[in-house]
Amino acid sequence: MSDSLEQTKQSAAEKVERARGMLDAVLALPNESPKKMLIVAVTLCFVCSVVVSSAAVLLRPLQLENAALDRKRNIVEVAGLLGSDGNVEEAFKRIEPRVVNLETGEFAEDIDPARYDQRKAAKDPKRSAALSKDQDIASISRRAQYATVYFVREGDAIRQVILPVHGYGLWSTLYGFLALNGDFRTVSGLKFYEHAETPGLGGEVDNPSWRGKWDGKVAFDDSGKPIIEVIKGVVDQTRPDAEHRVDGLAGATLTTRGVDNLLKFWLGENGFGPFLVRMREKEA
Amino acid sequence: MMDREQRKVILDPLVDNNPITLQILGICSALAVTTTLSASLIMCLALTGVVAASNVSISMIRRHIPSSIRIIVQMTIIASLVIVVDQLLKAYAFDIAKRLSVFVGLIITNCIVLGRAEAFAMKNPPWMSFLDGIGNGLGYSLILIIVGTTRELVGSGTLLGYEILKPVTEGGWYYTNGMMLLPPSAFFIIGLLIWAVRSWKTEQVEKPEYQIHQVHRTEVI
Repeated sequence: MSDSLEQTKQSAAEKVERARGMLDAVLALPNESPKKMLIVAVTLCFVCSVVVSSAAVLLRPLQLENAALDRKRNIVEVAGLLGSDGNVEEAFKRIEPRVVNLETGEFAEDIDPARYDQRKAAKDPKRSAALSKDQDIASISRRAQYATVYFVREGDAIRQVILPVHGYGLWSTLYGFLALNGDFRTVSGLKFYEHAETPGLGGEVDNPSWRGKWDGKVAFDDSGKPIIEVIKGVVDQTRPDAEHRVDGLAGATLTTRGVDNLLKFWLGENGFGPFLVRMREKEA
Repeated sequence: MMDREQRKVILDPLVDNNPITLQILGICSALAVTTTLSASLIMCLALTGVVAASNVSISMIRRHIPSSIRIIVQMTIIASLVIVVDQLLKAYAFDIAKRLSVFVGLIITNCIVLGRAEAFAMKNPPWMSFLDGIGNGLGYSLILIIVGTTRELVGSGTLLGYEILKPVTEGGWYYTNGMMLLPPSAFFIIGLLIWAVRSWKTEQVEKPEYQIHQVHRTEVI
């Protein structure tokens, strides 16, 4: 019994010895020999790929959680639901996500909103449609067939609906959310959660005081056509159409124009137009 | 605690051998991330960490790197470290990672990292290489912090997001300088810094590469 244990120990020690001998032999090779070069290159690649892939795999759950939390935070912020305690998960409980078919404006009951990724779908030719040049005012080239919208209810009535919007500004695609009131006409908030516009110029789309200017603006005229407009300069409040107009950002004409275009697109017939018409009829 | 040589390795890159103002390396990221001070600070941390770690790892295996593939070996190590840093930021500092976007990934192409690997870590033991990495990271950070502070303060009237000079758009008195938020302004600031450093440390002034020969009248004829 103890003999065989002794033997295994010995053979293990031998193995270690042999491995060390091999390692020494490799290390003793001249650096410029092809064999050593190959061994160094392969070992290095192996070690590096283990390091990189374990970092990616181990941190992935945390990263996904961050991304999901970030998305939720943006939704509750644009809806104005984020309380002073800043608890995103609690506030998000009041929000009901639904998937909408953009062509018909009907709800797609068979798609789980928690799993549907609109940005991924917009890249998939099977689940999105290319836009023609005159349709594509927001410069997004493809539009997914389905979109996730978020309802905020108060009792039975719909208090707000939050629509995901995106479009090209000056340097980057701006991704954001637009909140409309329960009448499906009046804007109650606009927030971009991802863009790479110049900080301080186009990046001022994040400025709370500019975002506050959207509150209460009427996005549609009486016939249901989207007429909201971001103008250059400051809106003259005495004009009759002041409720459809928002001040542009100084020094960021092209970003502002991008915001204007993307809102016109997403509120128009190629965006959420059919859905909004349907909702207005239903609620009226 | 540290002997003179070690102190020199850490302190030299701050002014006397600064990677940005003397070696003119790492300019790209110095232009790109310095619009706000907080982004600059995170970039400094990320770069310092990467230079130190890459110097140590390269120095540890320096005797076994075949010289004909050494640049590829160095780049593989640097690229792996940068990816790990990028993943860590995405997991633990999501907001900042979002703001820095591609620039963390671009540390791979930052000449300072490869420069230190090739110039220092290949010839020195790990501990000294580590100090050299920290020193160069700090030298880079010093310039980034100066540029970031100037650009954010003059360009937006804020520092680390806190309002210092109340801008006109918020009902204050300060007219923000939009140019400071655009990349060229970093060129101006870095240029002025180089000028200032070289007026102070005149030995950094380069000799002209050629001189117009003064022709004497008799030579013409």
